Amino acid sequence: MSIESLATGAYLVAALLFIMSLAGLSKHETGKQGIWYGIVGMGIALIATVALAIEGGHHGGMTTIGIALMIIAVILGAAVGLWRARVVEMTGMPELIALLHSFVGLAAVLVAWNGYIMVEAQGDAQTEIAPDLLGIHHGEVIVGLFIGAVTFTGSIVAYLKLSAKISSKPMMLPGKNALNIGALVVLLGLTVWFVITPDLWILIVATVVALLLGWHLVASIGGGDMPVVVSMLNSYSGWAAAASGFLLNNNLLIITGALVGSSGAYLSYIMCQAMNRSFISVIAGGFGMEAPSSGGDAETGEYREVTAEEVAEMLAGASSVVITPGYGMAVAQAQYPVAEITRVLREKGVNVRFGIHPVAGRLPGHMNVLLAEAKVPYDIVLEMDEINDDLSDTDVVLVIGANDTVNPAAEDDPTSPIAGMPVLRVWEAGNVIVFKRSMAVGYAGVQNPLFFRDNTSMLFGDAKERVEDILKAL
Amino acid sequence: MLIGVPRETKPGETRVAATPATVLQLLKLGYEVAVEAGAGAGSSFPDEAYIEAGAAITTAEAAWGAPIVFHVNAPDDAQIALLQPGAYLISMMAPAQNPDLLAALAGRGVTALAMEAVPRISRAQSMDVLSSMANIAGYRAVVEAANAFGRFFTGQVTAAGKVPPAKVLVAGAGVAGLAAIGAAGSMGAIVRATDPRPEVADQVKSLGGEYLSIESPEAEVSATGYAKEMGDDYKAREAQLYADQAKDVDIVITTALIPGRPAPRLLTADMVASMKPGSVIVDLAAANGGNVEGSQPDEVVVTPNGVTIIGYTDLAGRLPAQASQLYSTNLVNLMKLLTPGKDGELVLTWDDVVQRAITVAKDGEVTWPPPAVEVSAAPKIAPATAPSAVPKDESPPDPRRRYALVGVAAAVLLLITAAAPAQLTSNITVFVLAIVIGFYVIGNVHHALHTPLMSITNAISGIIIVGALLQIGTGNTIVTILAAIAILIASINIFGGFAVTRRMLEMFQR
Repeated sequence: MSIESLATGAYLVAALLFIMSLAGLSKHETGKQGIWYGIVGMGIALIATVALAIEGGHHGGMTTIGIALMIIAVILGAAVGLWRARVVEMTGMPELIALLHSFVGLAAVLVAWNGYIMVEAQGDAQTEIAPDLLGIHHGEVIVGLFIGAVTFTGSIVAYLKLSAKISSKPMMLPGKNALNIGALVVLLGLTVWFVITPDLWILIVATVVALLLGWHLVASIGGGDMPVVVSMLNSYSGWAAAASGFLLNNNLLIITGALVGSSGAYLSYIMCQAMNRSFISVIAGGFGMEAPSSGGDAETGEYREVTAEEVAEMLAGASSVVITPGYGMAVAQAQYPVAEITRVLREKGVNVRFGIHPVAGRLPGHMNVLLAEAKVPYDIVLEMDEINDDLSDTDVVLVIGANDTVNPAAEDDPTSPIAGMPVLRVWEAGNVIVFKRSMAVGYAGVQNPLFFRDNTSMLFGDAKERVEDILKAL
Repeated sequence: MLIGVPRETKPGETRVAATPATVLQLLKLGYEVAVEAGAGAGSSFPDEAYIEAGAAITTAEAAWGAPIVFHVNAPDDAQIALLQPGAYLISMMAPAQNPDLLAALAGRGVTALAMEAVPRISRAQSMDVLSSMANIAGYRAVVEAANAFGRFFTGQVTAAGKVPPAKVLVAGAGVAGLAAIGAAGSMGAIVRATDPRPEVADQVKSLGGEYLSIESPEAEVSATGYAKEMGDDYKAREAQLYADQAKDVDIVITTALIPGRPAPRLLTADMVASMKPGSVIVDLAAANGGNVEGSQPDEVVVTPNGVTIIGYTDLAGRLPAQASQLYSTNLVNLMKLLTPGKDGELVLTWDDVVQRAITVAKDGEVTWPPPAVEVSAAPKIAPATAPSAVPKDESPPDPRRRYALVGVAAAVLLLITAAAPAQLTSNITVFVLAIVIGFYVIGNVHHALHTPLMSITNAISGIIIVGALLQIGTGNTIVTILAAIAILIASINIFGGFAVTRRMLEMFQR
């Protein structure tokens, strides 16, 4: 039994633990077990790898300075990671996750460059790779680099958009589809070239092109599609790890990367179905999506305003209330007073439930996390499909910071940009109260005919303050 | 404007069209309210309570002379004479049955709003007095039945022996029927319900009742034509069901009404005769001819075999405080609709379907019946200036195309693997299988867990640290530095990812 065979065994165990971890995370009951499987798997993998690296393996032992650097880097990384995880606001979760994705991408780029320096840069002097496998190694370096770089800049842009450091409007460069395809063709050409003659400049050019491609891909996606983008970047980060696995001939990296990659892709696919979007067009970064015309605001009409006191009265008299939150609730940090209203109304015997649209918020499941943070029991938080048929029997619907996900135009108006997207049919309820800052349009840039319906009333102002007003009146 | 609330003069009427609580709401809408002395006495609302709420106490003449008059029952001729021309009268007036009354009101120049005429659309539910009153009548019917019934409703096992629960049959699961089902069920009885509309089965069950469907297999078979025969067949089966149930149940509450038609006859004299002595029947349709043969409006009849048939027509009024409260709240909701400015000025909008429907006399003309209300009144959607999104061509893929794609993919995979060196082959094998596992392992993920799942996959993809760990110690300075950076950021990912996932999951609670 050598250190290599031990490590291989450990990798297999770790891979299985990762699979169990993902499976565990698909249910509330098993969620916590899932985390522990993941942590244990990661621990086993790290110990095995460190042992392998120190004991020699095929690299011939680790230098002392290498060991020291490794320990310092891990401790530093752990400290930063744990600190960020502790202080992050739940509303800031999308940004954090996007930023973490970029780290995986960057790490993949660095690993690929190291692969080049250790093998290709040594010329004929290298001993790492058997000569007949060299061509494949060249290919792996550049593919790993490409995926890592796209993930890196794509995630950075997503992070900047989500944290509102740059505008979340889609960037509309002329001929953006041609740019994307052009970049892909150039990268394909560079890959072939690099496999034939592994020159340094090719790698540099490929890095730059891939970084720009990642930037452009995400920059041209609008803020409304961010849940899909984050999930897609999650998938990309998996593929980046898998590519590194091929480069290093490491099965654990391949398995884990492929797991994350395919599960992330499937998650994105679920999101896309919820938005009635083509999976390909989002994965490829708004690919094939034409710039939406600005003629969406033709629909106007009269709307009614209500006061917080009237809403409180309406809520107290209702027997069934559904709350449909959106990104606006996250922005206003209104989840705590909303949870408090829920508690008060439930004590009065009102049947309060939440209807969550699959793409509400800027992250898949974003609203669920916020409501859970505010201690809303999760069995009254329902998905769109679970609640949609009940909405016609509901007395009052509170639309808090949601817009496009409750837009009747998606069903009624075949010319609407969001036509065909499944939406929460809140307008079927007895009364609809819309919390909104102003009459501005949502992310899809479409006016919402819901606001002008007879049973809809508008409550303008900051969602948090208004909700607190209602709470006082209750 | 001043709202006058006269005392009800119909014999036996206990309700009042405004309570102290609704007076407050009317004042908030900007109105003044004058209540005739003693108007609320029948509903246990003393005059002092009205004064405290801010209403004035006045005479019958003054109340009838107000620009807006709230009333429960249709006015008689003397009361119409007291109304001011141009005044608004809001009350129940059964417009379909009382053409003379409408003519008299129109002749007086009064704008008359009939509360029964509120259309059954969701927006107008808050003003639907028929539902409010039916709800009370259904409850009261159970109370009347319990009063006349000589035994417990609920089953008990006592030291003095076992008591079987009463069996209650509710015919017609409308608002009154459902209220009766709920009330009888909560008293412990076994409740069954019938209704020709199969869609009410769930509502019946939700209130704890058992829905008896009238099974008619022939009706399904002869789906083409034969409507008449189907009807006869249905009626025969319905009669059979009632005949069977009559022998079994202790209490029957019938609520079957067809608008504008005599009440359907559900129980014949033979069926009543087959019931057990001491059984009770409450016929809510007694005023319209009765669902039960032998029921008399406003009377209690005991048949020779000892079955009590209660035919009260004022069941809602027998819960006066409750009925007044609901009725007057319906009126307040109507006033909210009619007072868009909250300034105490009544504005009648002819284009509004609700307001149009209830207005039965206006400007000297009878305006009944109103045009039919479109229940699904979707707002018009202005045509967009240009089709802003080209609908994607998403025809379902041809299965042959799909097979072809799978075949091509399999062939490509096979060729790549076959051509690849041994090491790459095993890598590809592992890679492909892991993709499939990743796909299935999260196939049924709960929607609420998308974010934790994403953050844990993110933590796990920090596994890329393995790559950097294997590279760090190789002696080359640049490699070591780059690998150290990679280790640093991958560690942030791993530790941060797991910690934040834990933090999120901690929050999920039932």
